[in-house]
Amino acid sequence: MDFLRKKIDQLKPHFSAGGRFSRFQSVFEGLETFIFVPNTVTFKGSHVRDHLDLKRTMTMVILALLPVFLFGAYNIGLQHFRSLGVETGMMENFWFGFLKILPLVVVSYGVGLGIEFIAAQIRGHEINEGFLVTGLLIPLIMPIDIPLWMLAIATAFAVIIGKEVFGGTGMNVFNPALVARAFLFFAYPAWMTGDKVWTEGLTNGAKIVDGFSGATPLALCAAGESTKLPSFLEMFIGTIPGSIGETSTLAILIGALILVVTGVGSWKIIVSVFAGGLGMGLLLNAFAVNAYMELPFYYHYVMGSFAFGAVFMATDPVSASQTETGKWIYGFLIGVLSVLIRVVNPAYPEGVMLAILLMNMFAPLIDYYVVQSNINRRIKRGKVALNKQKV
Amino acid sequence: MSVSVKLKKGFDLRMKGIAEKKMVEVTDPVLFAVKPTDFPGLTPKMEVKPGEKVQAGTTLFVDKLNPEIRFTSPVSGTVVAVNRGERRKLLEVVVEKSGDDFINFGKQDLSALSAGKIKELLLASGLWPAVRQRPYHIIASPGSVPKSIFVSGFDSAPLAPDYNFIAENSDASLFQTGITVLKKLTEGKVNLIFNGKSETPERLKKIAGAEISWFSGPHPAGNVGVQIHHLDPLNKGEVVWIVNFQDVTTIGRLFDEGIYKNERIVALTGSEMIAPHYCKMRAGAAIDSLLKEKVKAGHQRYISGNVLTGTNIGEHGFLGFYDAQITVIPEGDYYEFFGWAMPGFDKPSFYRTFFSALLPKKNYLLNTNLHGGERAFVLTGKYEKVVPMDIYPMQLLKAILAQELEMMENLGIYEIAEEDFALCEYICPSKIEIQAIVRQGIDLMIKEMS
Repeated sequence: MDFLRKKIDQLKPHFSAGGRFSRFQSVFEGLETFIFVPNTVTFKGSHVRDHLDLKRTMTMVILALLPVFLFGAYNIGLQHFRSLGVETGMMENFWFGFLKILPLVVVSYGVGLGIEFIAAQIRGHEINEGFLVTGLLIPLIMPIDIPLWMLAIATAFAVIIGKEVFGGTGMNVFNPALVARAFLFFAYPAWMTGDKVWTEGLTNGAKIVDGFSGATPLALCAAGESTKLPSFLEMFIGTIPGSIGETSTLAILIGALILVVTGVGSWKIIVSVFAGGLGMGLLLNAFAVNAYMELPFYYHYVMGSFAFGAVFMATDPVSASQTETGKWIYGFLIGVLSVLIRVVNPAYPEGVMLAILLMNMFAPLIDYYVVQSNINRRIKRGKVALNKQKV
Repeated sequence: MSVSVKLKKGFDLRMKGIAEKKMVEVTDPVLFAVKPTDFPGLTPKMEVKPGEKVQAGTTLFVDKLNPEIRFTSPVSGTVVAVNRGERRKLLEVVVEKSGDDFINFGKQDLSALSAGKIKELLLASGLWPAVRQRPYHIIASPGSVPKSIFVSGFDSAPLAPDYNFIAENSDASLFQTGITVLKKLTEGKVNLIFNGKSETPERLKKIAGAEISWFSGPHPAGNVGVQIHHLDPLNKGEVVWIVNFQDVTTIGRLFDEGIYKNERIVALTGSEMIAPHYCKMRAGAAIDSLLKEKVKAGHQRYISGNVLTGTNIGEHGFLGFYDAQITVIPEGDYYEFFGWAMPGFDKPSFYRTFFSALLPKKNYLLNTNLHGGERAFVLTGKYEKVVPMDIYPMQLLKAILAQELEMMENLGIYEIAEEDFALCEYICPSKIEIQAIVRQGIDLMIKEMS
């Protein structure tokens, strides 16, 4: 370590202001602080600080995403070989999927971090860790067959328009990963919907065996074929077609556990999204006029990206409600809207992405009213005190 | 009617180096200093020159904007230095102690004492700065009328001195006199708040003239701001006065004995103290001779006060006017290889992202490393967990940064001081200088409201 430290200290002057490579200062610092927690000591205020920093925080989210990622890789392989009608082992499925996902992850991180580095240098800031999570989230919410160039454009769009124009990590209004998905959803709908994109190879016209459809449970429901749905257990475990990371509710719940236990993700948001889904599901059941509306509410939890959205997207602290009361409202409405859009709107089989983006927009409004009630309490308390004085 | 308040929000830092309940006799150091920097917002005006002889109680400097507020020498001797910092800012007035002469302010007959006379004596003796006010957490304006007075009878900060132990080792009758004097300064109550988690000594329970309440919960339950918020919340235009627990005794001594002897029991704490203990010293005492051979070798930070709100005074610094604690901890000026990625059995944290979360009862060695770089606000809902008040910390901080006066007022700037948000700063994963922001907001309010 000492050798590395010395090397860095030797190189540092070249990357500092006035040095030969000063234009790479942010990148250099980013790498340096990645390898070594800096020797900065507290100058004013509290003399001791918590060991948690944003690097660690983001690492926890990545850790939580790991089960989802691993299962996603396995499932991509599984779906692929199923479509070919080939029986394969678990490791084979996993490796196949892993090698297919890897390019997506590389492109997402490459493009995103590249832009982050430039933005940090322009602003003269340190590099922010926010993209470490976004960069992994983006591939996980994509269909496996998405062309890499589309992914690159979407990532660039998400980082620049979704985040940097607002001032970078911590300032954005919308969840950047969802901005990437929404961009593709509206710009290249053919690649984001349908029955083919979810299974590797189908879009290239690969031969598939009879009886394999590749349709997601949501597509089946939207088409009025809810009788063809896989079993609840199968959907819960996640051996179904869908975006890379969204299929396994089980893996997502393991991630949720990590987020909640470490205190990095808000359990209030997660619980309230599920509560919102429950409420809307029961309401639709009560007034059911078709098969989709009759679908038991808990099916919504395991279909599509409901669980993934609740655990990894809605909980993004920057774009969510920032007050604790607000988080309940925010999460609940996401749950309600997700199910509502799914069942009632014929144009969009999946409603989670749009529901979260919509609520991202309304989160500041929710907070405004929550904070206003605190203000009103304080003003009222003041008036009561004033009246007492007069009496 | 006494009340008992239980608070859930807050956080207790578990640190090594709590003071053993043992009084150690120490000889007075040679140097003492009064530091204008102990009093936020003060513009001092010197009244003495280096070389002048002073007694305990002789004015060293006054508040330029309010010259009746005096700052006096804690000991008799000679003024040896007037240290200034950047832009000639007055940092400390140093007195070399010789002999032990006190200015005699006269013993007082309490029953005949008027509020005006009390203020006059406090101002003349230099004890007035011990009376602070909320809003703003500054020296009380002598002309203001407090709706009540608060004295917090315990300190919940990390490694803080145990006031029960202090009470057992100090003069209860002086404390009683102090309370009686304070009671004459307000038409409201004098609130005395004790720790609900420990047994309050009988001699304190018997104090007359004060309304006694019990608070229990993690830090900052002992902060007077939190206690005010729950017992007698501050509204716009109202003023509450606050006095430190041991300063009540010092006030009592002024009226019973007629002298300004600003002596207190101080806890010498921190992981780098060889044997943390208690001792008696006066405000402004130089710490170097007191700590000689009591501190472990290494690069240390010397803090007057606790680790959350104290002042870095250096090895040769002086005990602060309001402090009853010295903390010595190691400096954290080292690089840590992949520090953020380590399992962290030895890294205490408010969050459960380190394995230290599995050892909740352990006391840890904390140093001054920042453990990361400064970022924008990212995580939400965390500050709220360590501020046991009906206040939205992040929204208030953002209002301060945006300099929105009305919003600051509406969100409760009058009710808070730096110390109430110190834990937010400690737990902040974005490493934001929260206490500095709070003071910036308070300064802005003072400027705009005057």
